[in-house]
Amino acid sequence: MHFPVRGGILYRQTGSVKAVDGVDLSIRHGETLGLVGESGCGKSTLGKCIVRLLKPTAGKVLFKGTDLTDMSQSSLRPYRQDFQMVFQDPAESLDARMSVGELISEPMVIQKIGTRGDRVRRVEELLDLVGLPKKAAQKFSFEFSGGQRQRIGIARALAVSPDLLVLDEPVSALDVSVQSQVLNLLMDLQNELGLSYLFIAHDLAVVKHVSDVIAVMYLGKIVEIAPAEELYANPLHAYTKALISAIPVPDPSVDRKRIVIPGDVPSPIDPPPGCAFGHRVNAKNYQASVDAPLGLKEVADGHWVLDCPCCVSGQGQ
Amino acid sequence: MSNLLEIENLEAGFDTEHGLVKAVDGLSFELEKGRTLGIVGESGCGKTVTAMSIVDLLPKPAGKILEGSIRLMGRELRGAEPEVMYDVRGNDVGVVFQEPMAALNPVQRVGRQIIESLLLHRDLTKAEALCKAVELLDAVGIPSPDRRISDYPHQLSGGMRQRVMIAIALCCDPDLLIADEPTTALDVTVQAQILELMSEMQKERGMATLLITHDLGVIAEQCDEVVVMYAGRIVERASVKDLFAEPKHAYTKGLLSSIPRLTNERKSKLRTISGQVASIQDFVAGCRFCQRMGRTGDTLIKRPAYEDLGGGRFLETCPECT
Repeated sequence: MHFPVRGGILYRQTGSVKAVDGVDLSIRHGETLGLVGESGCGKSTLGKCIVRLLKPTAGKVLFKGTDLTDMSQSSLRPYRQDFQMVFQDPAESLDARMSVGELISEPMVIQKIGTRGDRVRRVEELLDLVGLPKKAAQKFSFEFSGGQRQRIGIARALAVSPDLLVLDEPVSALDVSVQSQVLNLLMDLQNELGLSYLFIAHDLAVVKHVSDVIAVMYLGKIVEIAPAEELYANPLHAYTKALISAIPVPDPSVDRKRIVIPGDVPSPIDPPPGCAFGHRVNAKNYQASVDAPLGLKEVADGHWVLDCPCCVSGQGQ
Repeated sequence: MSNLLEIENLEAGFDTEHGLVKAVDGLSFELEKGRTLGIVGESGCGKTVTAMSIVDLLPKPAGKILEGSIRLMGRELRGAEPEVMYDVRGNDVGVVFQEPMAALNPVQRVGRQIIESLLLHRDLTKAEALCKAVELLDAVGIPSPDRRISDYPHQLSGGMRQRVMIAIALCCDPDLLIADEPTTALDVTVQAQILELMSEMQKERGMATLLITHDLGVIAEQCDEVVVMYAGRIVERASVKDLFAEPKHAYTKGLLSSIPRLTNERKSKLRTISGQVASIQDFVAGCRFCQRMGRTGDTLIKRPAYEDLGGGRFLETCPECT
C-alpha cells in the first residue's frame, strides 16, 4: 500500500510512502494471526487493506478464494458480511448520537438482514454474547466504561456473523484488569463461533497469549513470521530478538539483559537502501544487504524470516 | 537514610457539578533520597492527582488539596506561596509528563523550552544557558544536539520528545523527579531506551524518582518500592521484591494475575478482576474493592485501617480482601 506524498503549488504527487511494502500473509480458518511492530510500521494500514477500507496499490487480497482487490464498493458490500473490523479506541469509533441498539443493528440494516423484530432479538443475543445486560441497547455508548465500550464494538462487528475479525489494537486503551476480561471474551468467541482473527497489537505478551501464528513487521515489511511458541523460543531476526527483550517482565527476581536498540524507526518516505533495521543499528554487514534480494525464507516448518545478511544469524539448523 | 518526601494523610479533590469529589483520599507515604517509588493503579485511581498535588499543579480553581501535609526535605509545601512553588518546580522537583507532544510548546524551539527553567532558577546568561542545554540534550542521548536544539517539537520523534522532556526536568539537578507515565505513549523498544536513560540519570545524579505507571512490568524493572492505589487510596505498600513475591491485598493479587505473561500457556483463560471501578461520586466510605466485588456488609461502611507489617510494608486490612 503506497500513499501519495503531495507538494508544490499544484499539489502534484512528489513521492510516495510505502506504508506496507510487499507483504505476503495468510490467515487460516479459526486461527489467530498476531501482527506486531512499532507505531508507524504499517500494521494498521495492512489491516485496513485486508478489509478493503484501503485499496492496495499493488498485490492481491484473496478472501476464501475470491479476489477482493479490484472490487468496487458496491460489489464488495455482500462480501463485507464475512469480514469486520474492531478498532482501537471504542470512544472514538462508536457514534455518540446512536443508541447501543442502533449501533449494533446498523451493520444488519446495511446488509438488509432480517426484519426490525429480528434485529432487536439479534441485538439482545449479541449483548448477551459479549456479556452486557439487555437493557444496554437503550443506552448510549458514552454511558459505558472503556471495557464495556469495547464489548459494544465487538458486538457490532459480530452482528453480521463474519468469519474474520480484524482487531486493531483492541485492548491497548484498556486497564490490565479489564484487558484480561476482553481477551478472555475474544478467545471464548473464537471457540464458540469458529472465528478467525487478525490481531494487531504492540504488546507482545498479549499477542503471544492469543495468537497461533505471529508476524513481526518493521517499516512496512514482514521480517519474521512463525508459530507463536516458536517465535518466542527461537527468534531469528535481530529485530524480533530486540522486541522480545524490550518487554518489561513483571517479576523483579528475573535478572535479564535488555537489548536496547539505538535510534528510531526511519521515515517510510525515504527508507534507507537495503535492510532498514540493519541501517538503524549500524549492523556490521549492513552494506551486504543493500544489494541482497531480501525475501522471506522458510528456515523451519512455518518459520519464515527475512533473508538478510546483516540481521539474521545462526539460521537454518 | 533520611526522607526526601513525606506525604501524610493527603486528600485532594475537585469541585464538580455533583459537589466535591475526592480523587485522593487519605494517602501517606515517604520517599527516601536516591530511591525510586512506583505508584501503580488503574485509570482514575488518583495516581496523577497525587503527583500533581506535590507540585501544586492541580487544575485550578476546581482542583484542591483538602487535607494533609506534603513535606519536601522537611519543608511544608501545602499552602506554600506561589513564589515558593515556582522555586520548587523545576529547581527541586522535575516533572516528566505522559504525553510529550502535549507538554511541550509546539511553537517554541526545544532549546528555548529547556533554557526557560535554567534562566529562571540559575544565574546564567542566555548564551551560557544554551550551552548547558546542548550538554543536557547530549546527556539524554540526542544525536547532534547542537542542531536539534533549534528544532520544534513536531520535528522530533516520540522518543526524542520524551528525551527533551527529561532534559527539561533535569536541567536544574532536581532532588526529586516525578515521572507520570513517562513511557506509556511510546513503543516498547523506545520505552526500553527511556527507562534505561532514567536509571542512568538517577544513578549519576543521585535523585529520587516517583514513577507513576499502570504497567507492572515497568514497576518490577525500575522501582525499589511500590504503592498500589485503588479508588483514591493505598491498598498496599511494599518493596518491589515483597510485593511481587507475596502480594497480600486481593486487588494486588488480582492485578498481578491478570497480566498476560510470556510464560503463560497460550490461549489459556486469563484471570480477571470481576466488575469495574465504581464512579467517583459513588465511592463508599468502607473498602472500595469490596464495593467492586459486589459484596454487601460491614466492610462497605467502615474504612479499613492500615497495618504496619514492618520492613516498610503497609496493608489496608479489610477482612474480606486480605
